[in-house]
Amino acid sequence: MAAASPTALERFLNGIIPENPVYRQLLGMCPVLAVTGAMKPALTMAAATAFVLICANLLISLIRGLLKPHLRILVFTMTIATFVTIADRFLAAYLYDMSKELGPYVPLIIANCLIISRCEICSSKQSVGVAFADGVGMSLGFALALASIATVREILGSGTWFGLTVLPSFWPTWGIMVLPPGAFLVLGLLLGLVEWIGHRRATST
Amino acid sequence: MDNVALLVQIFFGAALINNFVLHYFVGICPFLGVSRRIDMAFGMGCAVTFVISIAALLSWTFTYYILRPEAPLPAWFWRMAGGDPEVQIDLSVLSYIMYIFVIASSVQFVEMYVRRFFPPLYKSFGVFLPLITTNCAILFACLEIMKNLQDPTQLWGLPEALTLAVGGGVGFTLAIVLMAGIREELELCNIPKPLRGAGITLIVAGIMAMAFMGFTGVDQGIQNILNAMIE
Repeated sequence: MAAASPTALERFLNGIIPENPVYRQLLGMCPVLAVTGAMKPALTMAAATAFVLICANLLISLIRGLLKPHLRILVFTMTIATFVTIADRFLAAYLYDMSKELGPYVPLIIANCLIISRCEICSSKQSVGVAFADGVGMSLGFALALASIATVREILGSGTWFGLTVLPSFWPTWGIMVLPPGAFLVLGLLLGLVEWIGHRRATST
Repeated sequence: MDNVALLVQIFFGAALINNFVLHYFVGICPFLGVSRRIDMAFGMGCAVTFVISIAALLSWTFTYYILRPEAPLPAWFWRMAGGDPEVQIDLSVLSYIMYIFVIASSVQFVEMYVRRFFPPLYKSFGVFLPLITTNCAILFACLEIMKNLQDPTQLWGLPEALTLAVGGGVGFTLAIVLMAGIREELELCNIPKPLRGAGITLIVAGIMAMAFMGFTGVDQGIQNILNAMIE
């Protein structure tokens, strides 16, 4: 068992590209689609998810000896819900406008399958250090994915990046990109692109 | 009669205009995962509609009587315990934990009930029930109800909450069944290899979302018709 389970470094690196939560595992799709209209909300969302993921991973890993098999999903969701409440109150206190903009998607982190799947796969089985590395790696991978989609949508949709104008004024902004359909189209095409690059790498070596 | 018009508006708003899947992006995981065949998609849609209604009923009750800032129950306990009646009790910080607990336990109870009393039904959608706990559509419905309950200009009652839940469930079923129908046809198409699977599904969903944007204003039209009928 010990030989089969990945070490902390492997877990950390896996989270970023090889097992990227969005592009490889298709997990946590609601925030990926909903908050990527611009860079700022996307990165705030990524930070909130990272906080919840790392804290939940640590706590679950600490109590993994006490978990009963039939109650574990309930314990996972309650732990996550607690940390989400903390993150939500914090955002409402210090970043009020951002918390209004993200609206229901901060509490919806509770139902983000990414966090439950990491609790189930990694932290309920492995030690605290490995769980922490896994949480950080997965959060970085998630932030990377959110940032990539938000970059495409914000530049094409409003001609800005982080609120700074990047496209010349004669460029028509594509209104559809900041609306819901744009999210689906961009994510679908980016998924295809990632698949294509991965496929080309595999055949060229 | 005002009330009925509001209910109609909420229903069509949740089912068509602000479709849960295609406008709010909740419930994407089953939308991508279980939309390969029409019958399975329909089973999933029914299961979600069923659970969403029960969860909405429970969460409205809990929010109204316990979690809301002026809720009667905690205030009563506070006075019974000899607390200062001037102090207002606000338990809304507990609402997320309460909702996820309500959803998880109602899924569990529905599963047990259906298995005991409707074995054929259990066979047809039993496998989807545990998956629903992590379906964000249900939590989203609870959160919307909470938002409109705490807003003093709205103050939703139970009928509004249930209408929103059923409308959302119907909208989810509609979206997932339409998607399954399209995907059954897509099996026969020659799609570029990297886009196969999730890629093409998301692009189709994008086009469907554009189509659903065309429903904007339908609720107003239906309201006008209702008002004309009343007069």
